[in-house]
Amino acid sequence: MYGALWRVLPGPVWLRIILMLALVAAVVFALFTWVFPWVDALVNPINVTVE
Amino acid sequence: MTVVGVLGELLLTAGVLILLFLGWQLWWNDAIMAGQQSTAASDLSAEWLEQAQAAQADTPLPAPADYGEPVVGPASYPNGESFAVMYVPRFGEGSQRRIAEGTGLDVLNSEYLGVGHYPGTQMPGQVGNFAIASHRSAYGGGMHEIEQLQLGDAIYIQTKDGWYTYRFRDFEYVTPDTVDVLAPVPHHPELTPTDRIITLTTCNPLYSTDERIIAYGVLESWQPSAAGPPADIAAAVASWGS
Repeated sequence: MYGALWRVLPGPVWLRIILMLALVAAVVFALFTWVFPWVDALVNPINVTVE
Repeated sequence: MTVVGVLGELLLTAGVLILLFLGWQLWWNDAIMAGQQSTAASDLSAEWLEQAQAAQADTPLPAPADYGEPVVGPASYPNGESFAVMYVPRFGEGSQRRIAEGTGLDVLNSEYLGVGHYPGTQMPGQVGNFAIASHRSAYGGGMHEIEQLQLGDAIYIQTKDGWYTYRFRDFEYVTPDTVDVLAPVPHHPELTPTDRIITLTTCNPLYSTDERIIAYGVLESWQPSAAGPPADIAAAVASWGS
């Protein structure tokens, strides 16, 4: 899976490393901005009150 | 590539995603929301202070000894309405939070509220128990440093009427169903209160929800809005929003 992605990326090794890091950064950004806030609303809430 | 190989990579990815989510919830989003809640509290505090000073312009302020009994606001507010600001110097710089009516997630997980008042418990300055709740970790963690409180530490509650200075007295560790801590006289719902106390409730231990940590405080003094913030925090309050 990730091996295939590595082979698909163009250029020499240093460029592939940079591209890989850029992809990871983009994925993390998308997760932090959209996915995690959405998931957060779905999972069990953290209860802090006495009730 | 084998099926097992792909499956292994997927499982590794899932593990990393879960760790990332926890990091986001407990630190990244927590820090962002703490900043937003702190700013919202500063804004509200400044707004009340300006209103009070404008209204006071004509009439001279009574001497500090003559502030009298604490002014107590309405017995309840609509759910989600911010009616107070909490500031505990021991919790550190930027720890000021709005207190809104209700302890639902709409208040506790809000990006500008963060501390909720248990409906039916008393109001700031009132004889009885002013009981509030907040997150210990994540969502701005309004009571993150609660275990740092030391005997006599100030817990300042500002409303549009004035500042109420409570002094921390003691901790208690209870199970989440111990609603008696909210009683006007904690653990004794049958008694008539004579003291004006504050009760802070949040999660315990840190990063767990198994127990609740309760911090009790007693009202020490009160001063009207027009008198400005208590001397001990005047400089801190003046620095908010700058």
